[in-house]
Amino acid sequence: MSNQETYDAIVVGSGAGGGMATWRLAQAGLRVALVEAGPWYDPADDSQRTQFRHPWESPRRGASTRLRPFGDFNACIGGWELDGEPFTTAEGTDFRWWRARMLGGRTNHWGRISLRFGPLDFKRRDIDGLGDNWPIGYEDVKPYYDQVDKLIGVFGTNEGLPNDPDGFFLPPPKPRLHELYYIRGARRAGVPVYPSRLSILTKRINRERGVCVYCNQCSRACGLHADFSSSTVLVYPAVATGRVDVYTNTMVRKVDTGPDGRATGVSCIDRETRGESRLNGRSVVLAASACSSARILLNSTSAQHSSGLGNSSGHVGRYLHDSTGASRAAFLPELMDRDIYNEDGVGGMHVYTPWWLEGASLDFARGYHIEIGGGMNMPAYGFGFAANAYKRFLGERVGGYGNALRDDVRRFYGSRLGIACRGESVPQFGNYCELDPNTVDDWGVPVLRFNYRWTEQEINQARHMQDTMEELLEASGGILLGEKPGLDRQYGLARPGEIIHEVGTTRMGDDPATSVTNRFGQLHDADNVFVADAGTFVSQADKNPTWTILALSWRTSDHIIERMRQRSL
Amino acid sequence: MNMNRRETLKSLLLAPLGAGIASAAGCAGGGRVNWTELPREYSYGRTAAERQRDRELFAERYFSEHELITIATLCDIILPSDHPNGGALDAGLPDFVEFIVKDMDYLKTPVRDGIAWLDSHAIDAYGADFIGIEEAQRLAICDRIAWPDVADPALQAGIRFFSLMRDLTLTGYYTTAQGFRDLGYQGNVANVWDGVPAQVLARHGLAYEAEWLEKCIDQSRRDITAAWDDDMNLTS
Repeated sequence: MSNQETYDAIVVGSGAGGGMATWRLAQAGLRVALVEAGPWYDPADDSQRTQFRHPWESPRRGASTRLRPFGDFNACIGGWELDGEPFTTAEGTDFRWWRARMLGGRTNHWGRISLRFGPLDFKRRDIDGLGDNWPIGYEDVKPYYDQVDKLIGVFGTNEGLPNDPDGFFLPPPKPRLHELYYIRGARRAGVPVYPSRLSILTKRINRERGVCVYCNQCSRACGLHADFSSSTVLVYPAVATGRVDVYTNTMVRKVDTGPDGRATGVSCIDRETRGESRLNGRSVVLAASACSSARILLNSTSAQHSSGLGNSSGHVGRYLHDSTGASRAAFLPELMDRDIYNEDGVGGMHVYTPWWLEGASLDFARGYHIEIGGGMNMPAYGFGFAANAYKRFLGERVGGYGNALRDDVRRFYGSRLGIACRGESVPQFGNYCELDPNTVDDWGVPVLRFNYRWTEQEINQARHMQDTMEELLEASGGILLGEKPGLDRQYGLARPGEIIHEVGTTRMGDDPATSVTNRFGQLHDADNVFVADAGTFVSQADKNPTWTILALSWRTSDHIIERMRQRSL
Repeated sequence: MNMNRRETLKSLLLAPLGAGIASAAGCAGGGRVNWTELPREYSYGRTAAERQRDRELFAERYFSEHELITIATLCDIILPSDHPNGGALDAGLPDFVEFIVKDMDYLKTPVRDGIAWLDSHAIDAYGADFIGIEEAQRLAICDRIAWPDVADPALQAGIRFFSLMRDLTLTGYYTTAQGFRDLGYQGNVANVWDGVPAQVLARHGLAYEAEWLEKCIDQSRRDITAAWDDDMNLTS
């Protein structure tokens, strides 16, 4: 790779944040280099397609592997461990880190749950005195949420809820049978339920993208481009402007800066040839994911930025935080011996419960939402394990062999109801990632070392989740499966990083001493370097982060465009 | 790949170590055990690293012929082929088990040790290894280890092994076309979801709430491009 051109912007990473920045900047007439560490990807390309595959098209029938931890047919190329790209954790702390290496990044496999943050989510310190407020509020982001809704498409319903804002929604699909049982159970328990909000096209939004055909396989990436992936929805249209050069299989290792401390471009490594190269740019937009962008900044040391670019405050990597999570399941006897029909639906839940106890007196701060799972899913590896274990709930003998097993399998098919909670944690200065002085990756770049511990807030919240899940599952007619985890297992609280909502490493703020970027994602220390991923989040609400990443990246991009028009960048 | 026809069969001589002539239930004839051979080439959106890994797995041979015949015999007992939708051998179970234990190598030892346990048990009880004894004797052994509630400590290793083989057999069968047919699975096709069928709702004594239904997609308008007024109301 050799290119003498000076781009208006170099965008690092092609996920939600990078895809949006690339699309917006290119649409405004800027010349953009998009740098992606993985290969080009299009789920409509049959050589990369996993959608609509039958389980027997895989020798392992869709089982997970180290190379595809979410299953053999999952679209995401990447995982918890990448060959040649390790990370470490400080003793006594814990963190799991999912990285995608492909065009579109983690938007290829995400759950499409697309929730706006509400007004309270930007000002949590005002409510509970913990952490910090965002320097911006809902009113600053709302116009961008509105534009994202219309550009990308999201189904949902306007319910007028105070902290779960309305939007420009497509109509949602009707609930499935197990979801009707959940609705009835939740009503009995006094817990609200609403149609879910997912970025899947139940209705046409333009001529370029298709409409959902209800195969339930968004996690395999949609060949009809009827769900939101950054590649299919943002990068392809951006490339079609003719103003974007995409550099795939290219790892950015540092942002280069000049004598004035401003960025001049990026230094990259070609993963296939191991060759080093450089791209020149008038601005750099980091969207490599919260932790990868922090790593690039920390590795970008120079005379002007001795502790790393943007790190004069010492805050790069600090306040790393992930969503909380816990789950539980039940067997619903009323769903035995089901009539079998196609109930695949969209690739996710049709109903959900947003946080409903705002302002209640609880022994933890902040809330969580509830996700619903179940149904007559397509068999894959694992189907038929413990095939008739539910017989013990019926007083019948478990085990055996022969054709009677066929009856057991059909009898219990689709009789499981699952619940997962996703909550807000309290950001901590002491939870952070840093460069590990003792370890480098295959390209000689220092790797990240994570320091992360949950606090009592999250552990208490997980206990509340477990109580709630038991109540809801039983109210839905379920017999609880498994044991309720106790304090010894932190009430089933997912490990840090496991929910893959890690945010906060380059948080925004008005004070350069306690934040990395300003309210537009612009580094305090270098005015032509921007962060357009979830690193800028001051706090991660109990909402999934993608819709806010998209809205903030658009807002940052508009700021870049305006500054360039004013010739002040 | 078509596993409905049994043109491509793997065939191994039954009971090479055993004494008498035996025949595997359902699928054996002339002292042989037959099963549908599974493909060794797959193409489903793999990366180069994944293709390489699968090539290596297919090149490796883990089980001996004796072990493979024992697996075939056991899978056939668990899900026999005397059924319109076929059984374990029609679904190529021995090939599936061979592949999956190499892919998930933590399964290698449990399956190999389980076969050894089964043979020891058969020799102690009936004087020959599992595939060398009479069919009725094999079923008698399975009756002892197919029920996890049996407390006899001497049988626990066998019970664990049988449970594992039952899991692998059912998962290997239900992830084939025969298994889909047996289950009646209807999905994995493009369609338009318009709610739970009315007769199903009636059977469960459930109904959609009118207020909820009003918010849902009118599928006759799904192809009309979305438009909204300034108050976030869909107008198309």
